[in-house]
Amino acid sequence: MYQYNDFDAAFVAERNAQFRAQVERRISGALTEDEFKPLRLMNGLYLQLHAYMLRVAIPYGTLNGAQMRQLAMIAETFDKGYGHFTTRQNIQYNWPKLKDVPDILDRLAEVEMHALQTSGNTIRNVTADHFAGAAADEVEDPRPTAELLRQWSTDHPEFQFLPRKFKLAVTGSAADRAVIRAHDIGIQIVEKDGEIGYKIIVGGGLGRTPMIGKTLAEFLPKADLLPFVEATVNVWNRLGRRDNKYKSRIKITVHEHGIDDIRARVLTRFEQIKPTFKGVDRDLFAQIQQNFDAPAYRNAPVDAHTAMRLANPAYASWSDTNITAHKNDSYAIVSISLKKHGATPGDASADQMRVMAELAETYGHDELRISHEQNVILPHVHQSDLPAIYAALREADLATANIGLISDIIACPGMDYCALATARSIPVAQEIAERFDELKLEHEIGALKIKISGCINACGHHHVGHIGILGLDRAGVENYQITLGGDGSEDAAIGERAGPGFSAEALVPAIERIIETYLDVRSEKAETFLQTYRRVGMGPFKAALYPDSKASAA
Amino acid sequence: MSRSFTPKVITANALLEGDVIYWSPEGTWVRTLSSAEVFEDEAVAQEQLLTASSQPAVAVGVYLADVAITDDGPTPIHFREEFRTRGPSNYAHGKQVKLS
Repeated sequence: MYQYNDFDAAFVAERNAQFRAQVERRISGALTEDEFKPLRLMNGLYLQLHAYMLRVAIPYGTLNGAQMRQLAMIAETFDKGYGHFTTRQNIQYNWPKLKDVPDILDRLAEVEMHALQTSGNTIRNVTADHFAGAAADEVEDPRPTAELLRQWSTDHPEFQFLPRKFKLAVTGSAADRAVIRAHDIGIQIVEKDGEIGYKIIVGGGLGRTPMIGKTLAEFLPKADLLPFVEATVNVWNRLGRRDNKYKSRIKITVHEHGIDDIRARVLTRFEQIKPTFKGVDRDLFAQIQQNFDAPAYRNAPVDAHTAMRLANPAYASWSDTNITAHKNDSYAIVSISLKKHGATPGDASADQMRVMAELAETYGHDELRISHEQNVILPHVHQSDLPAIYAALREADLATANIGLISDIIACPGMDYCALATARSIPVAQEIAERFDELKLEHEIGALKIKISGCINACGHHHVGHIGILGLDRAGVENYQITLGGDGSEDAAIGERAGPGFSAEALVPAIERIIETYLDVRSEKAETFLQTYRRVGMGPFKAALYPDSKASAA
Repeated sequence: MSRSFTPKVITANALLEGDVIYWSPEGTWVRTLSSAEVFEDEAVAQEQLLTASSQPAVAVGVYLADVAITDDGPTPIHFREEFRTRGPSNYAHGKQVKLS
């Protein structure tokens, strides 16, 4: 893992001291809210519906046991004993008091964490594949690239007042688990003729105007990364619409100017600035990379796992859904579900955080990851340790066997917390998960991603959900629109709206009708929901969703 | 010509805790909607809004919210305001702890 050097530590300490003084001046009345708001946002502090919310960065979703323990301590000392893991691999505290936030930031700094650039019109936390460094299908670990981008973008003087926020995601695999095509810039590490380089995708994004990113560079030599990304952000910083926040993201700039025009501008700027980098970035990358060496893998028999699978059906079921192939044959990647049926997606109690920290320290080479799907990953687990891990997870109520299934739902905080929300998301996720658990259908249904957002800004990624749900305010009543066929993977697609929205009461029955239709029309059990949708289209689902309008449609 | 005016309360978030607060008949900030002053006259509401907004070290984001007047006192009209009177629906946190 990356370790702070003296510069990093001093920088974070200085920023924390500045913010402490700003909070003091705000409380004394020396600063107005208008003056203070941009300062608190630069430090990840929002004022939400019922309380403040502090968003803490977990760079590329990677943390160690000590950091997870510290997050637990903060949850207990300064909040209500839990934290919420988000779709951008961050953690949010929903109840901090203003006067405590400087202390929280100091506690975070003790474990090399911070809340810088988790809000505001800056380059946000760089996200990455949550299986980074462990995935069997990886060309290269994306985290050194993500860390390089983090260092470059943190406090970058040119990019502190961008037209709007800017989000980067990096993956090292062709199978896209980081939704890179829905980011302002998505970076895929690729190999061509034995050389490692980058495929650069630009102008993806969800929100009000969802778009799938377009390829800006098919193969960028590794050494060109920072000047190329800097050139891209520079072009948008000058062209991007500051007059209209709905048109300010780079996806609109790319859409309005066309990808070829943007590419030409980026290349012109790239040629100008490339000589100024002088190889410093490459030296830095080499240093960073040393922090991400693979752990010292253990060589031991894996019989315990195999035997347990045969002996314990619950364990077998959990290992079917929550275990992914590791690049080392004797190892496994464990996904810990934060989606117990009826629980809040992405929430973990302080006790649960400590259990996960302990498991990482004892069995997982001290590594943890947060996924954009709001689960926690133990990336390096020897298979012989899986039964012990399962037992510990069960004890902590963390052994739900549902990764990738219908109850593994992404949901934004929605109007239970968020000041921007137009409807609630969390109760919808809870009801859907409980309903399908009650029906005992979720393993029969198989791979299916439901994603729920409580407003058009789409933090819950509803556009790329196989089933997407968008909560709106329709004449003072919560109303939910359904989209079908979205996909956040390498075959990214924006879901298609099924028709008029549903009331909160009618929504779960509507989802049930979609699922009944799928089970009815799928060609075989192996055909996933998304495959079925792509084969048969909207028709049968629409007919099931709106039975009364059948006659008029015919 | 007078047009109908929906009764209103003045609400905001407290600077220190972020908690939802309401403007009371005594000209102070209180924590429950039942203690809030209800305005049935638009001119008075606007005038009090200015007064309430002049305490930047106490209240953040001061605005008028529609209410209905019932036997139990003012009740929110919009669901967002209803949620603000009690807290989130996934945990018994926020104002609902004291209300129950």
